Amino acid sequence: MQILKTLNNGRTTIEVLLVEDSPGDVRLTKEAFHEADASVHLNVAPDGMEAMAFLKHLGKYSDAPRPDLILLDLNLPKMDGWEVLARIKSDAGLKTIPTVILSTSEAQEDIEKSYQLQANCYLNKPVLFEAFDGLVKNINTFWLKEATLPRQPVHVLSAD
Amino acid sequence: MPIEVLLVEDSPGDVRLTKEAFHDANPSVHLNVAADGVEAMAFLKHQGIYAQALRPDLILLDLNLPKMDGREVLAEIKNDSSLKTIPTVVLTTSESEVDIAKSYALQANCYLSKPVELDAFEALVKSINDFWLTKVKLPQNRQAR
Repeated sequence: MQILKTLNNGRTTIEVLLVEDSPGDVRLTKEAFHEADASVHLNVAPDGMEAMAFLKHLGKYSDAPRPDLILLDLNLPKMDGWEVLARIKSDAGLKTIPTVILSTSEAQEDIEKSYQLQANCYLNKPVLFEAFDGLVKNINTFWLKEATLPRQPVHVLSAD
Repeated sequence: MPIEVLLVEDSPGDVRLTKEAFHDANPSVHLNVAADGVEAMAFLKHQGIYAQALRPDLILLDLNLPKMDGREVLAEIKNDSSLKTIPTVVLTTSESEVDIAKSYALQANCYLSKPVELDAFEALVKSINDFWLTKVKLPQNRQAR
């Protein structure tokens, strides 16, 4: 049986990779996406190294799904968001994945650097709960409903 | 201070719709228009009549353009160390998988499918305004108010 993973409009699950070390922010993001869109499956990497392992299907991530969207914090342990972004955008296989910076930093140099490294966009992570919730919903609406995302590679399962 | 948007679009009808939709959504948006890829690059590089052109905060780029198509414009923008930080959103009727994949590979910030119906088109422009011009942090300290 051959199964084709279809484009965002026809598919059953949208895979989002959240690269975030704060458990509180992870939880808020999970809940916000769950309310906004039950078809979003949120994968979480708590640091840059795990994020890269996930994306490269290394170790325990050998069967990890390819994300349709990456939400990337900048301040991460082990390997920071800059390095993750730079690696994603210099990797021919990964660079087409829309990568959105979601950071508490409002520093102009952080914004500039992100765009220099070809982040798809930069969003300031709000402190207040409602605003955070609202922003995740905006991300869901714009990136997962309105934008046209690059097609997933075709998955072919072996015939019985 | 107005937000500068560069629309690269050869269809006068679409230009007009976009202008009106932005005007309704956000009067502080100043829409600059280039009708083909050559004009777009001249605008971005401040050449000729565009010597005083302002750097756009956002580029909306159709793919099918005369003289130099949008794919080439995108490649030039994203290979230019000064221009590549300008968020460049592909806005096109093309739903070709090749165009979508290629655009993201060339580092388009986003790809949007241009609706045929008027209401849907207006809603999309409003959506672009809401997300890119009020929520996203733009480079060069040009956050919309």
